[in-house]
Amino acid sequence: MIAIVDYKAGNLTSVERAVRYLGYDCRITGIPVDVSLADRIIFPGVGAAGKAVKDLKELGLDQVLKEQFEQGKPILGICLGAQIILERSEEDEAFCLGLIPGVAKRFPPDLSNPALEKIKIPHMGWNSLHILQPHPVLRDTGTEDEFYFVHSYYPSPAGPEHIIATSRHGIEFPAVLGSSNLVAVQFHPEKSGRPGLKLLDNFCRWDGR
Amino acid sequence: MLSKRIIPCLDVRDGKTTKGIRFQNNIEIGDPVEMARYYYEQGADELVFYDITASNERRKIMIDVVRGVAENIFIPFSVGGGIRSLEDIRAVLLAGAEKVSVNSAAIRNPSIISDGAKAFGSQCIVLGMDVKSVPLSARIPSGYEMVIDGGRVFTGLDALDWAKEAERLGAGEICLNSIDADGTQKGYELNLTALISENVGIPVIASGGAGNIEHIYDVLTKGKADAALVASIVHYGSVSIKDIKSNLQDRHVKVRSRW
Repeated sequence: MIAIVDYKAGNLTSVERAVRYLGYDCRITGIPVDVSLADRIIFPGVGAAGKAVKDLKELGLDQVLKEQFEQGKPILGICLGAQIILERSEEDEAFCLGLIPGVAKRFPPDLSNPALEKIKIPHMGWNSLHILQPHPVLRDTGTEDEFYFVHSYYPSPAGPEHIIATSRHGIEFPAVLGSSNLVAVQFHPEKSGRPGLKLLDNFCRWDGR
Repeated sequence: MLSKRIIPCLDVRDGKTTKGIRFQNNIEIGDPVEMARYYYEQGADELVFYDITASNERRKIMIDVVRGVAENIFIPFSVGGGIRSLEDIRAVLLAGAEKVSVNSAAIRNPSIISDGAKAFGSQCIVLGMDVKSVPLSARIPSGYEMVIDGGRVFTGLDALDWAKEAERLGAGEICLNSIDADGTQKGYELNLTALISENVGIPVIASGGAGNIEHIYDVLTKGKADAALVASIVHYGSVSIKDIKSNLQDRHVKVRSRW
């Protein structure tokens, strides 16, 4: 069973629908024991970092995520879930889970793209990846595949070894992070058509190594 | 770099699309779930549904439509029409839509934007704008006025002022419809689109007037739009989403080319 961690950060039904569509058993749950008993964990989230971390702690989910990470269980962070696995977020100056060293940063203002158009924030829409390190979850993913992003902050791990792929929106930013059994994507694979479903399917088959 | 989005728009009344698509085998399909699947397979980047159901009781049917669509397609879609309260927003999002669009209700009660953004996040609140061109005046300095009720009622609100105000209140995106261009198939209102898009920091979807691919190219380049809404041009099979995208790609407009 796959636990989709519910800590009141947004609507998780689309993640659930996509995982079910792929034929896997999953459950949306905010109960720590469910998360620790699951075979693998999806850690999604939409909203603000400060409130998200506070809710995680109140539900006792922060400790469970740390334990499960240390025990080697496959974990997939999505969107806000790819930011609050870091140590800190510039959003609300929140202290986060610290599973990967680094900070979630806000896109700088007044960026422009190569066509000299003003870059808009949030980064909303379809964008491609520049894959720096092969990863089992990105199997069969190419540079022509695009994924659906919606965010104003981006994850910035301290060490390059944790950056699996980047994307470009005015600046090059990390879009896929990884550390042993933890992988995290800034985009929404559940809303990214076939390439997104492929990534979810890869995760659901991954042993975390 | 972000791709420009091509977004088919489907009007739904009492759970059925008002205009079916005529497939090559000449079978007309009016089922919104089937149409959503069709456009998803064709490479649409997102979908917009407008519920034009007249009666309140029958509007619940729309929630079933949203659920059916969400189970079958895995790209974002938004739902507009008849959204008046936080409860309406919640119901549509829980049924599986990524975004809701608010239009007249936001003009009557702007706090629906801020309350919605606070409760569900800016990313899911789209401001729908229906705009008509009017003579320049002190009250309407941009020359574009907000209208409601299908363009029959002038509100006295300047379109540019309203777009900025909605952004300040927390709208995450604007769907900008020119009532003058809508239905003409003579091209989008480029001046209006560029004016709004260059003066807000949130993405703008241009709507109204697409009659050929050139119009779409123009609005995404000269009009500075982030996305183009398309309806008749794709529903009646004159061009496919794929045709639109390969044309744009040939002319160096970045679009999503694999799905």
